[in-house]
Amino acid sequence: MRATRDGYGEGLVEIGKINKDVVVMDADLGSSTRSFMFKKEFPERFFDFGIAEGAMVDAASGLSYTGKLPYVSSFAVFITGRAFEHIRQSVCYPDNKVFLCGSHSGISVGEDGGSHQSIVDIALMRALPNMRVVVPADFNETRAAVIASLNWDGPTYLRTSRAKSKNIFPDNAGFDFGAKLLKSGSDVTLLSCGLMTQIAIDAADKLGKNGIDCEVINLSVIKPLDESILDSISKTGKVVTLEEHSVIGGLGGAVSELTAEKLPVRMLRIGINDRFGQSGSADELFKHYGLDIESVINKIDEFMRR
Amino acid sequence: MNAKTERLERVAKELRRDVIEMIYAANSGHPGGSLSAADIVAALFFDVMKYDAENPHLPERDRFVLSKGHAAPILYAALARRGYFDRKLLNRLRRFGSPLQGHPDSRKLAGVDASTGSLGHGIGNAVGMALSLMLDGSRARVFCLLGDGEIQEGSVWESMMAASHFRLDNLVIIIDNNDLQIDGPVREVMNVHPIAAKLKSFGLETVSIDGHNLDQILDALNTYPCDKPLGIVAHTVKGKGVSFMENNVGFHGKAPNDAEYKQAMKELL
Repeated sequence: MRATRDGYGEGLVEIGKINKDVVVMDADLGSSTRSFMFKKEFPERFFDFGIAEGAMVDAASGLSYTGKLPYVSSFAVFITGRAFEHIRQSVCYPDNKVFLCGSHSGISVGEDGGSHQSIVDIALMRALPNMRVVVPADFNETRAAVIASLNWDGPTYLRTSRAKSKNIFPDNAGFDFGAKLLKSGSDVTLLSCGLMTQIAIDAADKLGKNGIDCEVINLSVIKPLDESILDSISKTGKVVTLEEHSVIGGLGGAVSELTAEKLPVRMLRIGINDRFGQSGSADELFKHYGLDIESVINKIDEFMRR
Repeated sequence: MNAKTERLERVAKELRRDVIEMIYAANSGHPGGSLSAADIVAALFFDVMKYDAENPHLPERDRFVLSKGHAAPILYAALARRGYFDRKLLNRLRRFGSPLQGHPDSRKLAGVDASTGSLGHGIGNAVGMALSLMLDGSRARVFCLLGDGEIQEGSVWESMMAASHFRLDNLVIIIDNNDLQIDGPVREVMNVHPIAAKLKSFGLETVSIDGHNLDQILDALNTYPCDKPLGIVAHTVKGKGVSFMENNVGFHGKAPNDAEYKQAMKELL
């Protein structure tokens, strides 16, 4: 059990060894985002901007213009919300190779409450031209994405979590932009990202025992969206999306846009239903917002009966 | 006054003529803040900055970031006269498909070191460039020009703080203090004064100059503080050089009509 934020930190250390142009920036949250793992190894290439996310993102753009490879982190809610206009003007508009990491995403951050729970960051980042959006499902996938990103052009947003979860992918799996089939099935396609992928796997297991054969696909790259998911959706004729994010504009939004145009099918979006979060333990909140295994099974079961 | 400053004054006048020509041809654009910055831009591009128009991406070049991106015409005028592109392009300002976008676009025009437009971002880009050059042990400098209205944006002060914190003595921040913004006098819309005292308190080596006096501009730009960024508060006149545009907020973002164009060009002979 490891958190995706740790995958970010370990990935940074790896790419720091590979490429001396890698620089890392944070806004007073380096111990939480795990960027401090890089700072420990390469202090001369780490810059703390203090609680000033906007200036940090603009400076990352300046570093990119001058040949550096900036990796920039803060909590997801701050880096995508507070610094949105900086990302739009300085990173996406000039298509600069800047890697943004938002940690502590979703409601699993728990006790800090709704002010700190990022539930619209995927929607914000996905709407920006040139931006790539990646929401890895486990530690290994996160670490692999960070290492692979050395070869990517343009801007990237990576969303990580504080909560620990099981490893789904092997540690040598590498990373590409394709959807990943985790379990074949014939009745319904489950598309998930982040912490919800493990829940999708567990739910499919239980639902299988009730006679619902789920196909489970990890869709960690939300943009550019791998349209090969249409093959699975066409096969099963039904699709369910699962994300720790608002049902508006995130994974569910992206998949709806695709299916509405290319393959209209019955669909269920599981996520946060246009509400803010609140304080509580991650378990309590997942249950309250209908993202825990039991709620997910009930929702899919009901959807299949309709 | 000497031969060099006389030459730069002539250059500045030619840049001002280009600005009026371009904005008249486009029938759109921002003359006021382009004219107020003409002498500063002339000094930078025709004397102070080290760069090679033939090799616009040379890593060791000095950088210029126009944080007040709406003054794009004065930047384009300077780049054209320094040979970055064919002067004929100047009459394509703001036209569909033109590299001369309404606000500077680094991906469309070589010589534009950073895309700007939305205010308060250029200075942060300049901070990142200066940080990067410092990491490389480069001797190149980064010059960033901001408007006085622009410094109402909070992110400007985040970037000032970072510039000073990282001891970026290769960074020069110039405020084009022309006292006017779209809604009226800066002091009335949202007072930003005292500017020099604010820069100083943020840790910048600060000088205040007459932004139309080339001797003073050159002296300021040739100041090399140690371990801290340089801040220059340049007192300027919005619309400088065209009598009816001077101190006239109406010409912040309006093109001259036929009669105004003729009058302006006559005054800039």
